[in-house]
Amino acid sequence: MAVKFSVSNLDLYYGDFQALKNINIRMNENEVTAFIGPSGCGKSTLLKSLNRMNDLVEGCKITGTVLLDNVDIYKNMEITELRKNVGMVFQKPNPFPMSIYDNIAYGPRTHGIKRKSQLDEIVETSLKQASIWEEVKDRLKKSALGLSGGQQQRLCIARALAVKPEVILMDEPTSALDPISTMKIEELCFDLKKEYTIIIVTHNMQQATRISDKTAFFLHGEIVEFGETGQIFAMPKDKRTEDYITGRFG
Amino acid sequence: MKSSWKTFKAHPMSLVFFILVCAGVILTVGILFLVVAFVLIRGVPYLTPDLFALEYTSENCSMLPAIVSTIEMVGISLLVAVPLGVFCAIYLVEYAGKGNKLVKLIRVTTETLSGIPSIVYGLFGMLLFVRALGWGYSLLAGSFTVAIMILPLIIRSTEEALKAVDDSYREGSFGLGAGKLRTVFVIVLPSAMNGILAGIILAIGRVIGETAALMYTAGTVAAYPKSVFDSSRTLSLHMYSLSREGMHMNEAAATGVVLLIVVFLLNSFASFVAKKLKSKT
Amino acid sequence: MTKKLFAEKFMKAVFLICACVSIIAVAIICFFMFVRGIPAMREIGFVEFLFGEKWRPTAQIPKFGILPMIMGSIYVTAGAIIIGVPIGLLTAIFLAKFCPKKLYKLLMPPINLMAGIPSIIYGFFGMVVLVPLTRTLFGGDGNSILTASLLLGIMILPTIVGLSESALKAVPESYYEGAVALGATHERAVATVIFPAAKSGIMAAVILGIGRAIGETMAVIMVAGNQPRMPKGILKGVRTLTSNIVTEMGYAEGLHYEALIATAVVLFVFILILNVLFSIVSNKAAPISFKRKKVKKEEA
Repeated sequence: MAVKFSVSNLDLYYGDFQALKNINIRMNENEVTAFIGPSGCGKSTLLKSLNRMNDLVEGCKITGTVLLDNVDIYKNMEITELRKNVGMVFQKPNPFPMSIYDNIAYGPRTHGIKRKSQLDEIVETSLKQASIWEEVKDRLKKSALGLSGGQQQRLCIARALAVKPEVILMDEPTSALDPISTMKIEELCFDLKKEYTIIIVTHNMQQATRISDKTAFFLHGEIVEFGETGQIFAMPKDKRTEDYITGRFG
Repeated sequence: MKSSWKTFKAHPMSLVFFILVCAGVILTVGILFLVVAFVLIRGVPYLTPDLFALEYTSENCSMLPAIVSTIEMVGISLLVAVPLGVFCAIYLVEYAGKGNKLVKLIRVTTETLSGIPSIVYGLFGMLLFVRALGWGYSLLAGSFTVAIMILPLIIRSTEEALKAVDDSYREGSFGLGAGKLRTVFVIVLPSAMNGILAGIILAIGRVIGETAALMYTAGTVAAYPKSVFDSSRTLSLHMYSLSREGMHMNEAAATGVVLLIVVFLLNSFASFVAKKLKSKT
Repeated sequence: MTKKLFAEKFMKAVFLICACVSIIAVAIICFFMFVRGIPAMREIGFVEFLFGEKWRPTAQIPKFGILPMIMGSIYVTAGAIIIGVPIGLLTAIFLAKFCPKKLYKLLMPPINLMAGIPSIIYGFFGMVVLVPLTRTLFGGDGNSILTASLLLGIMILPTIVGLSESALKAVPESYYEGAVALGATHERAVATVIFPAAKSGIMAAVILGIGRAIGETMAVIMVAGNQPRMPKGILKGVRTLTSNIVTEMGYAEGLHYEALIATAVVLFVFILILNVLFSIVSNKAAPISFKRKKVKKEEA
C-alpha cells in the first residue's frame, strides 16, 4: 500500500513547551489510522500539524519534515492547496451560520467553482457520501444551525468531502455526540476509507478498534507504539500501552 | 494574522482584500492625526499669555472665564447626574428582580436618552429650565441640561462596574450579618469605584466637548459667572463663537489646542483607571 | 433595629426614585417637545410643514416647509454613511482580525481618543481644511453637502469601528477554523465567513452611526452652508434639521419659534425610529451569543 503521509523527526514547541518529541510515523493510503492516548499527549497536536492548523497558534514552532505524497508540506506546498487536499473535521461540529447548501458549497466556491449546476451536483454527492442527503434534501436552503448535533457533524464531513480531499483528519469527531450519531459516523468512516485516507484522533478505545486499521499510542508528546490495530490492542509490545488500554491510567 | 506572500500569489483577491483593510486603518488613523496635527500646528503658535488674561476683552479673547465656567459647569452637572446615575444603577443591579417590567422600561428610556441629539437637549433645556422655570440663560440651566445628557453614560458604566463585583463579596458581607444597604455602600460600591470613576471621567469629557446643548441654555456671555443664574460660555462654546465670528480664527485654534489637551488627558486618565480595574480583577 | 430597617426601606425608595429619573426625563422631554411642537404643526398644516419646499419664516406671508431640511439631513447622513461605513468597517476588520497585538496596543488609544474629540474641533477642522479643500478641488464655495458628508463620515468612524470590531471579535473562532481548514485564505475566511456572521452587530453599528450623523449639529453648521432650500447637488450648500434649529433659535419668536420646536420633534421622531431599529437588530444579534453560551454549558 502506498504511503500517504510521512512524518520524520518532527519536534513541535508551543513557546518553550515541547508538545511533540521526535515523531516518526507513516500513514498509508485508504487506511484509517487512529491516534490514541491520554489528554495532553500530543495526538491532536500532531493531527493539526498535518494540515498546518498549528500555524494559527501563536508561538508555535515546528522542526522536522512532513511529506504528503513525497512533497514537504511546510516548504514546498502552498497552504491553501495543502488544506484543500487534507480536509478536517473538528471535535465540536462547526457549521457556518449559513444555509446547508452554502455550507457545502463554501469549499468548492473557495476553489473557484462558480457554475450553479456543478455546485448542485457537488452538494448532492457530498451529502450523499456523508449519508445525510435523505435527512436534509428538502431543506437545503435552511440554516445549518437548525440541525441536530449529529447531523451537524455529518454536514461538516460532507463539507470537507466537497472539496475532494485525499486525506480527512478527524479530531475526536464523536466526542460531543450521542451513541447513535457516533455509530453513524463510525459507519461513515468505514465507507469513506475506500476513497480517502483517514486519520482520526479518539479518546474512545473501542472506537479505535472498531474503525481503524492502524493505531498509534501517544504519551507525553511521543509515540510509544504504532502498529496494526489488532496487534496493539491484543498484544501491545510496550508496558505503557498495555497499562493504558487496560484502563490502568488515563 | 495574514496570509503568506506565497498564498497571496496564488490568491490575488486575498491580497486585494488585505490591502483594502490596511488602507482602511491607515486612513482612519491618518485622518485622526491630520485633525489633531492640524489643530496643534494652527493653534500652538497663538497660545499666548494674553489668551489667559484675567478679564475677557474682544481684543485678547481670553479663555480664562470660559475655563472657569467650564469647570463650574462640570462640577454642577456631576453633582446632579452622579448621585442620580449611581443610585439608579444600584437599584438596577442590587435591588431590581429579574424580568421586572420597570427595569425594562428604565433600560429602554436610558437607551433613548443616549440616542437623543444634543440639540434636542438644548431645545428642551431652553423650554424647561430657561423659560418654564425662569432661570434664564444661566450656568444652572446649562448644567442641568448636560446632566440629563450624561445620565445614561453614568448609569451604564456604574451598572457594568457593579455587575463586575464578585457575588462572593456580597455573600461574605451578608454572611457577617450586614444589611443590604451596608453591603452596598461598604462592600460593593468601593470595589466598583474604578469602573464608576472611568465612566465619570468620560462624562466630564462629554460636558467639556458639548456645544449644541449649551448654546441656548447656558448662553454665550464671555465673562465670569457671578452666580449660577448668570450666563457664561464654556470652552467649547467659546471656541465656536470665536470661529463663527471669523475675526479670531487663530485664537479659536489656540482654544482648540487647550480643548484637545484636556480631552487627551481625560482619556488617558480614564484608560489608566480602567487598566487598574482590570489588573485588580 | 427598627431604625436600621427604616434606613433600609428609605434608601431602597430613594434608589427606586433615582432609577425612575430616566423615565421621567424621557417623559418630560417628550411632553415639552410634543406639547409645543404638535400644535405648531397643526397650525401650519402637517402636510404643508413636512412636505412644503419653502422655508421663509420671516417673510410677510411666512412659509414653514421643512422638506428642504429633511432632505438635507438625509443627503448629508447618506453621504456620511457612504464615506464612513466602508472605512470604518475595514478598520474594524483590521483591528479584529489582522492586527498584531503590539500594534493593537498602539492603535487603540488614538482610536478611543477619536471618539472623545469634541465636535467643535471637528467642525473647526472642517471649516479651515475641508471647506477650502473641496473649494479648490471641485469648485463652488466649499460649504456643501460633500464637505458635510466628509466631515460627518469622519465623525462617525469611532462609532462604526468600535461596535463592529466587538461584533467581529464575538464571532466564534470555530467558524474561522472551519473555513481555513477547507483551504480558504485568512482573508477569504474573514470576508466570507466571519464578516457575514457578524452582520447583525455590524448593522447595529451602522444604525448608531446614522443616529450620530443625523443628530450632529455644530460641526455640520460650520461646513454645510445652511441655505434653506432643496438640495441642488452635492457641491451646493444645504441645511439640515439640526442646523435649522440652531441658526434661527436665537432670534425666533411666535410661530417661527414653535416651528423650530416642531423641527426638533421631527428630528426626535427620526431618532426614535432609529432607536427601535437598533434594538430590533441588536436583539437579533443576541440569540447567537446566547446559543453559544448554551452550547458551552452543555459541554461543561
